[in-house]
Amino acid sequence: MKQFAALIQQLELTNKTNAKIEALVHYFSIATDKDKLWLIALFTGKRPKRPIKTSLMKEWCLEITQLPEWLFLESYSAVGDLGETLSLLLPPPENDSNQSLHEVMQDLKRLNNFSEEEKKSYLLNAWNSFETHQRFLLNKLIGGSFRVGVSKKLLVNALSKYSGIESNQLMHSIIGNWTVNDITFEELIQGNHINYDNSKPYPFCLAYALDKPAEELGEVDYWQIEYKWDGIRGQLIKRNNAVFIWSRGEELVTKQFPELVEAVQNLPDSFVLDGEILAMKDAAVLQFNDLQKRLNRKNVSKALMAEVPVNFRIYDVLEWNGEDLRQQPLAQRQSHIQSIIKPEYTSVISQSMSLIVKSWDEVKQLRNDARNQNSEGLMLKLKQSPYHTGRIKGDWWKWKVDPLSIDAVLIYAQKGSGRRSAYYTDYTFAVRDGDQLVTVAKAYSGLTNDEIKEVSKFVTKNATEKFGPVRTVKPELVFEIAFEGIALSNRHKSGVALRFPRIARWRKDKPVSEIDDIDSVKLLIAAKS
Amino acid sequence: MYCIPGKFYLDPWGKVDYAVISHAHADHARWGMKHYLCVDDSKAIIKHRIGKDISIESLPYGIEKSINGVKLSFHPAGHIIGSAQIRLEYKGHVTVFTGDYKTNPDNLTIPFQSIKCHTFITESTFGLPLYHWQDDSVIQQQMQNWVLNNQQQNKTSVFVGYSLGKSQRIMSLLDGCAPMFVHNSIYQLNQVIRNSGIKLPKADLWQAATNKNDIQNNIVIVPPALLGSHMIKRIPNAAIALCSGWMQVRGHRRWQAVDAGFVVSDHADWNGLISAVKATEAEQVYVTHGYQETFARYLNGIGIAASEVKTEYGTNEDTDTTETEIPKTA
Ligand SMILES: [Zn+2]
Ligand SMILES: [Zn+2]
Repeated sequence: MKQFAALIQQLELTNKTNAKIEALVHYFSIATDKDKLWLIALFTGKRPKRPIKTSLMKEWCLEITQLPEWLFLESYSAVGDLGETLSLLLPPPENDSNQSLHEVMQDLKRLNNFSEEEKKSYLLNAWNSFETHQRFLLNKLIGGSFRVGVSKKLLVNALSKYSGIESNQLMHSIIGNWTVNDITFEELIQGNHINYDNSKPYPFCLAYALDKPAEELGEVDYWQIEYKWDGIRGQLIKRNNAVFIWSRGEELVTKQFPELVEAVQNLPDSFVLDGEILAMKDAAVLQFNDLQKRLNRKNVSKALMAEVPVNFRIYDVLEWNGEDLRQQPLAQRQSHIQSIIKPEYTSVISQSMSLIVKSWDEVKQLRNDARNQNSEGLMLKLKQSPYHTGRIKGDWWKWKVDPLSIDAVLIYAQKGSGRRSAYYTDYTFAVRDGDQLVTVAKAYSGLTNDEIKEVSKFVTKNATEKFGPVRTVKPELVFEIAFEGIALSNRHKSGVALRFPRIARWRKDKPVSEIDDIDSVKLLIAAKS
Repeated sequence: MYCIPGKFYLDPWGKVDYAVISHAHADHARWGMKHYLCVDDSKAIIKHRIGKDISIESLPYGIEKSINGVKLSFHPAGHIIGSAQIRLEYKGHVTVFTGDYKTNPDNLTIPFQSIKCHTFITESTFGLPLYHWQDDSVIQQQMQNWVLNNQQQNKTSVFVGYSLGKSQRIMSLLDGCAPMFVHNSIYQLNQVIRNSGIKLPKADLWQAATNKNDIQNNIVIVPPALLGSHMIKRIPNAAIALCSGWMQVRGHRRWQAVDAGFVVSDHADWNGLISAVKATEAEQVYVTHGYQETFARYLNGIGIAASEVKTEYGTNEDTDTTETEIPKTA
């Protein structure tokens, strides 16, 4: 646990990706294979089920410390994390355990068969054997809910640096089918349990934002104009009848989209497609918020698939019948799409159509209308362009619509979690509705650390009510809230739903009397239709 | 805080005629008083921070002075150099005002002295049972190991702590570990402290003109205001550590995105506060400066009559930073 604790401490203290990778590489070079395997399991969400209820842990802590419950709760609200609160309240340990990560995990797995008395005696002894930080980690391992800000991608990059094995292969390996009991660390990273030749993706071709007037791009005829969709950019691969879906973040997300996999199984072998996974219903693209309901789930229920159906919109064909097409011109690559898709599956896999235009003026009109299609703007692609590796200037451009914005006042604030638990970071904003205020948006991001501190200070001084962790704040601070879309909604009290609200800036220059009112906000909906 | 029969104020914020000062931190010793009274060890520091020309007198620890029939004396508080509890006796009733204090001993300050009294006015900066300090020897080991580890990676160890108190404490914990450099605000204070006859470890001045090779792999101590500044970016291969009691909590530790956080506090921890209160055998306790509501409620729960007093001292979340620099106005 000492090596593990040192690793976590380093991962938590730095926000530099390279330093995190260094820390992980260092851990891989000193830890035993069994510990490494457990680390990968934990960081990829393979956790044993919770052996002890948190309510019992709290009860035993109160018993040991003899603290009144209100003081426990007050401490908890100052820390923001139950496992950490327990670890800090308990008296200093009398013993010093040298148990390693996998030994602790083994113990925790065994606990499931123990009686409550046995669990208690195990935990009290463990609490008395680890120093505060290790004790905190132990509590988190028991609770099973512990995030360290290490994505699969980062983990894979570190493993790749440590082992010299290609990162996409490692990504396939770690999310493949394995458990800690049936594989060794070496077998896992060598990928003995997978066939990487089938899943191997190509690097994505990426576009820069348009940085000049569109007219300067030359004849509009040379360009293919498409909607820029705002979903999950991905590669859909079928080789030797095995199906894989890679996200642009180089994660394998195959299991999250069973209906896509099923449809692809009925299409001819073999191909690699670049496209966008979108939430779509009745031929209309839904909001990204809807798609979010489908992401990062262990199990996708039938009900959820019916509520938020997905569609893979094909942008490009990178491989067809085993042939790498990336050097062919865009138009030629796309000619293969019709041989791949089948009409009976177009509700699940379809082509992202290019738009027919005669002038740049028409392109501009389409861009202005993009929001109505739930698109975030346009893509301009040279018809002759190859499929480049990475981000290259000139052949592809993205041309997003301008964001919308309103001025609103802060009315509720809540402390953040994890690294932000000391400050109020989660805000709710309101606009005027007659002589009342009505909530229009929640936002978590967009302020600098210094601004967050300043807002926190204001909240502490000007809180008028407490509801658990939420503070009602005197309506005084005005912020410009930017968002990507707006729609009428009966689920919201204000009658409108904003898409991707975020704080654009703090309007210290504006008094609360100058915030927007709900009618002017609703006009934004009218303006776009 | 006003002493009615004595007609003087303790650590006042508004401008008053007669101010008795517990210690030289900016939230206790403010600018603009007609007359100041403090303990000997604090006098030069207060003059340095507030002004050479102020009207100020001082007393040694433990020596009584009578003001309008109130017997007043200063006693060691163990918080920073020159920090004092203020004992007041009027018609046989004894009141002790702690200012800030720390019960764990260190190598720098005169240890906290417990005084029996009827009324005890205590701070409560770390008045939650989450806060338990380790012995200085343990913290010293952690800090020195970190410096050695940095040296192996060719890094310069930068410690962040407010200029009065924390900086000298860091110097004393790191004494002999590697050559030390300090920011000008700390350097000036060190000179003042040394001139008043108190010994400090050697620490050279670090400024823009200092040769990078001189500080490479060594130790630099800076006040919090410098975090993120251009000056700090000039330090070659800097690894940055915060030193504060708040570092006990992960959220605080991770907030600044520095390389390390050490739990070094100049205040009493939870057990320190409780033992200090109990040792006074006071009939009535008033709690200020921090978690006053929580700590007062806890004391009442264990049978000690206590109530909270709201003051304008640094709020519990940022005392360490508000004590950083001298405000120019009251
Ligand atoms: Zn102080
Ligand atoms: Zn103070």
